[in-house]
Amino acid sequence: MASSILVVGEVGEGGLAPITKEMLGAARRLSADGSVGCALIGSGVEAHAQSAIAHGADEVFVVDDAALAEYNADTYLQAMLKVAEQASAPVILFGQTNLGRDLAPRLAFRLETGVIMDTIELAMEGGRLHGTRPCYGGNARAVHVVNADPQVATVRAKSQEPAIEDSSRQGQVTNVDAAIDQSAIRVKVTSRSGVSAEGVRLEDADVVVSGGRGLGGPENFDVIEELATVLGAAVGASRAVCDLEWRPVSDQVGLTGKVVSPTLYIAVAISGASQHMAGCSGSKNIVAINKDADANIFKASRFGIAEDYATIMKPLIEAVKQEKGA
Amino acid sequence: MHIVVCVKQVPDWDIPPSSFKIDESLKQVVPPPGVVDVPSQFDMIGVEAAMLLKDEAPDTKVTIMSMGPEAVQDTIKKSLAMGGDEGLLLNDTLFEDLDWYQLALVLSTAIKKLESVDLVICGRQAVDWDMGVAGSGIAELLGWPALTIGKSIKVNDGTLVLERVLMDGFETVEAQLPAVATISNELGEPRYPKLQQIMQVKKKQVTVWSAADLGLDDSQLGADARKMTLERLYVPVTAVECEFMEGDTPEEKAQNLAKKLAEAKLI
Ligand SMILES: Cc1cc2nc3c(=O)[nH]c(=O)nc-3n(C[C@H](O)[C@H](O)[C@H](O)COP(=O)(O)OP(=O)(O)OC[C@H]3O[C@@H](n4cnc5c(N)ncnc54)[C@H](O)[C@@H]3O)c2cc1C
Ligand SMILES: Nc1ncnc2c1ncn2[C@@H]1O[C@H](COP(=O)(O)O)[C@@H](O)[C@H]1O
Repeated sequence: MASSILVVGEVGEGGLAPITKEMLGAARRLSADGSVGCALIGSGVEAHAQSAIAHGADEVFVVDDAALAEYNADTYLQAMLKVAEQASAPVILFGQTNLGRDLAPRLAFRLETGVIMDTIELAMEGGRLHGTRPCYGGNARAVHVVNADPQVATVRAKSQEPAIEDSSRQGQVTNVDAAIDQSAIRVKVTSRSGVSAEGVRLEDADVVVSGGRGLGGPENFDVIEELATVLGAAVGASRAVCDLEWRPVSDQVGLTGKVVSPTLYIAVAISGASQHMAGCSGSKNIVAINKDADANIFKASRFGIAEDYATIMKPLIEAVKQEKGA
Repeated sequence: MHIVVCVKQVPDWDIPPSSFKIDESLKQVVPPPGVVDVPSQFDMIGVEAAMLLKDEAPDTKVTIMSMGPEAVQDTIKKSLAMGGDEGLLLNDTLFEDLDWYQLALVLSTAIKKLESVDLVICGRQAVDWDMGVAGSGIAELLGWPALTIGKSIKVNDGTLVLERVLMDGFETVEAQLPAVATISNELGEPRYPKLQQIMQVKKKQVTVWSAADLGLDDSQLGADARKMTLERLYVPVTAVECEFMEGDTPEEKAQNLAKKLAEAKLI
């Protein structure tokens, strides 16, 4: 059975990654009556095939091999090429993740086709995938079509609705032999260090409090952290702050940092450059505190205070505590 | 060692979002009057990466390569002022409207023609389309490994070592040269050229190659050979009206905000 759309799945600590479920949801919607395939590449991933089916896959292509335990562009590309051939899907979707942003272009160029990175909207028109993506630092949107097959795209986290899980759904599991060609492995991963976030993960948080360069120094993040603690929020930062090493790179929100879409995003002393907004404009409510009433951040904000953060933050923390206590 | 740094010239990104304009019928950005194009930010960090390698191994030759109109000489010159040895401009009307496959084809063909290139450095993404694929594309078309989104770069005995920025951490990867590396802002700011270096730029050679010089023609670079097309380019509408908190004191404003947030059930 050939799939009409192949989703390249990823497995995390809690099972099938949220982005994979979202892509399966999108694939179901886009493929109409067609068959949705899901690739699971890794070690010990077969256990998640049923979950992929419950989330919308009709056929799961499992490449389960100890050699695939960790991502390596060369081994994963080999595995992907095998799955792509078996599934022969005209559309292949990756998540815009560590894996997708590295592997999707490699696969597309290897197969002499095009790739649309970091799409936020997907539509099928006349059998071709139309992918909408932010560009020009978040100032513009572009809609691209890939004229060759397979049409490869990466999909931004939280841009698509997952399908409702249905554990009674039936599907087929196909094992694909990795048969890794050792001689084609040129890249060696020698170390990997994860930043394990304490508390809420920034990209999953329902409330985010972010600080910018206007805070003047890393020590002044104490008010950001305090407000975040009171709200049960995650802490984010602008790139200016991360480049200055006031905060770790993993806190960066924006075009080249994390994309967050919380219910409430509080931006303190952040100017609201388009590249920052690229990471937070999906927030349902933005609140800005900035001493410059003309700052761009206010143009995207529902509520604002045009004041020095230093005079506002302590009273705000107190007032929020009171409201929450009330 | 011979390093090629791929640099692109793009519309100035450092303009207020309110002056960002698009001509939807041409599917093009319209820069504000008097605002000229600038080097793509990550590409200058790519030049910096090459210079750091040259600092370590002074006999390294750094070629600055850019595909675009004559005006991209500006970006080539800025890169040469940072310490690049030679420039290479890929200029042809056939290069004007390419997709990323064709872009990678042009750049990789030029790299082959240069011969004896050990390392190609690209930005993690060009600061116009933010696509982030050309580096991997060049690598695929050359049959070389691609190590992407680097925050530090080293070459030890013919092995490229790149520390990569992941979404939640870092990893160190290595591969034998020849290889392609893409560079991110975490590497650090590009160096400022010294006055003397700026003076020397005129003496540096900038070679110009056309499509014919690369043995490429319309059959590869024409519209029919495109693997991707741009259907539409537009500015998204964001209509949010900001409600500024009133109050005579910061305390009052803070309390009003907390009240509003509670009313809206956001806290
Ligand atoms: C290709 C590219 C990618 C980028 N990617 C990202 C990205 O992923 N994320 C990102 O954030 N940026 C990114 N940037 C950088 C972006 O363009 C801005 O430079 C950056 O977001 C600015 O950070 P900032 O708002 O903290 O600092 P600034 O621009 O310096 O703004 C500081 C703000 O603080 C206010 N302020 C100062 N003092 C006070 C005070 N006492 N009280 C209250 N307010 C005060 C000021 O009015 C100002 O608005 C990118 C840029 C490029 C070119
Ligand atoms: N016209 C060009 N000339 C030279 N290098 C380019 C050009 N376009 C893209 N590149 C290189 O490819 C990288 C990634 O571009 P992109 O895939 O378009 O985001 C850039 O950072 C440059 O290093």
